[in-house]
Amino acid sequence: MANKTKKKKQTEIFALGNEAVVEGALLAGCDFFAGYPITPSTEIAEEMARRLPCLERGVFIQMEDEIASLGAVIGASLAGRKAMTATSGPGFSLMQEHIGYACITETPLVLVNVMRAGPSTGMPTSPAQADVQQARWGTHGDHPIVVLSAGDVQECLEMTVTAFNFAEKYRTPVILLLDEVTAHTREKITIPDPEGLYIYSRLLPSMPPEWYMPFEDNMRGVSAMPPLGSGYRYHVTGLTHDDHGYPTSKPKEVESFINRLFRKIDQFFYDIQIVDEIQCGDADTCIIAYGCVGRSAELAVQMARERGEKVGLLKLKTLFPFPRPVVEKMLRQCSSVLVPEMNMGQISREVKRVNNGLSKVNTLNRIDGQIITPGEILKKLLKG
Amino acid sequence: MSKDMPLNRFEIRLSGLGGQGIITLGKIMGQALALDHGYYVTQTQSYGPEARGGASRSDLVISSSPISYPKTISLDLLVALSQEACNKFFTNLKAGGFLVVDTSMVAQTPTNIFLGLPLTDMARKIGLVQTANIVTLGALTHFLPFMRAASVRKSLKSILPSKIIDINIKAFNAGFNAAKKEYPDAPEKWTSS
Repeated sequence: MANKTKKKKQTEIFALGNEAVVEGALLAGCDFFAGYPITPSTEIAEEMARRLPCLERGVFIQMEDEIASLGAVIGASLAGRKAMTATSGPGFSLMQEHIGYACITETPLVLVNVMRAGPSTGMPTSPAQADVQQARWGTHGDHPIVVLSAGDVQECLEMTVTAFNFAEKYRTPVILLLDEVTAHTREKITIPDPEGLYIYSRLLPSMPPEWYMPFEDNMRGVSAMPPLGSGYRYHVTGLTHDDHGYPTSKPKEVESFINRLFRKIDQFFYDIQIVDEIQCGDADTCIIAYGCVGRSAELAVQMARERGEKVGLLKLKTLFPFPRPVVEKMLRQCSSVLVPEMNMGQISREVKRVNNGLSKVNTLNRIDGQIITPGEILKKLLKG
Repeated sequence: MSKDMPLNRFEIRLSGLGGQGIITLGKIMGQALALDHGYYVTQTQSYGPEARGGASRSDLVISSSPISYPKTISLDLLVALSQEACNKFFTNLKAGGFLVVDTSMVAQTPTNIFLGLPLTDMARKIGLVQTANIVTLGALTHFLPFMRAASVRKSLKSILPSKIIDINIKAFNAGFNAAKKEYPDAPEKWTSS
């Protein structure tokens, strides 16, 4: 009997990528959304507006703009909520300042950016993958950040859960990059049983409030984070701060602070860097792709294998920190790699950086607001 | 579920103008095929920034095995609810593929081989011109041998709001019956896929 009820919890729905993001967020325990709707991410805000008020603690706010949206998300997260927002290119540009604030104050949050063709207003209803380097380097100053991507609808759900887990585990903003194709594709997805799902929530302090040091270093480099208003008083600032949270410009304290920000991500690369290896074992040529282009590449690999070509596919789900070890392995193994992407070459420059003369890196770029087709990839592969 | 006809990337494009309900039509068909039948389905959409007018289209890929590339490559079925869409996408149809047109919207077809019904006029006769997409759905349910009417009705009821469901069921039946009367042997004619 118990088994039967458990099976029932796994429901199948026919959903958009954007709707799957909402399902994933709610499974991960998201109870705060602040945003400003923008095509092609609007369905996330719509669905959140429908679903969050039904939850006991759920809050949905439509803010006056994207700057305020991320501000509200940071505030909610400091107050103990699992918070997220969703936007697209123009809104993402506005959010950059607050992303930096979230980095330096180590505030966990999830930011979904559904990429559309840019720059500026660009083409609101057309796909692109041109915000990749902006997601990594958009906000000023040296900062570590986690950037994830998803290619199909089930992945949208899974990677949203992962994004929340990483945000909470490493006290960092996590950016989930989707593209218009992925966000606006409907597919059948399975909503996993919440009981069997791995959900991480931030560590709360175990010491009394007077002993608490908000930014103290430890093995993980991530300190416990009490919700504001729970009796633990501490100072939150965008200035470089010491272990107590107060501004400092002493070189030693600044150095150890910035080093810790990097170390808390660097030492867990093995946990953060997620890739899918498809037919890579005996591959002589490898495609490195992400997002919707990863799906085109999957069909291209199948078509190439039917012709007897030994082609493999490395699908990047974590874009930053760039999954160097596995990319390097493929570069050593293959005589050439192909990086198809819907921009002028933003991930291929990472691949070339890692390459260092190991292999030949070919690129395939498309910037006209259309998805790269399997045929185009195959043609480029056969040309070498 | 086991009675599903085996399909290998059966590709459908529903096209017309923004506001005709093209994407809703795709959603209803997709849900029926994905949840009630056992198929893998991807439904993608493409439209301009306008709320009404402008080109709108929704693509469906239906397969018995998992689908990698979610968009269409060459079409097995093109449904055109506007002259512009018919002209633009006709060349994407594969040899042996079918063209379905709304004869009240498309005055000139690029070929003499097509399945035509005055879908918009039929919707107007039912009393609500906005049901043209559901009339189309009814006709397609007859044309496509692998799509069961009962499943489509179920999907229709779950997606559309209950206050407009009656007129839409009427529209669905009208489309289904007209297609059956006009083209009784259409389902057997599929040569591709």
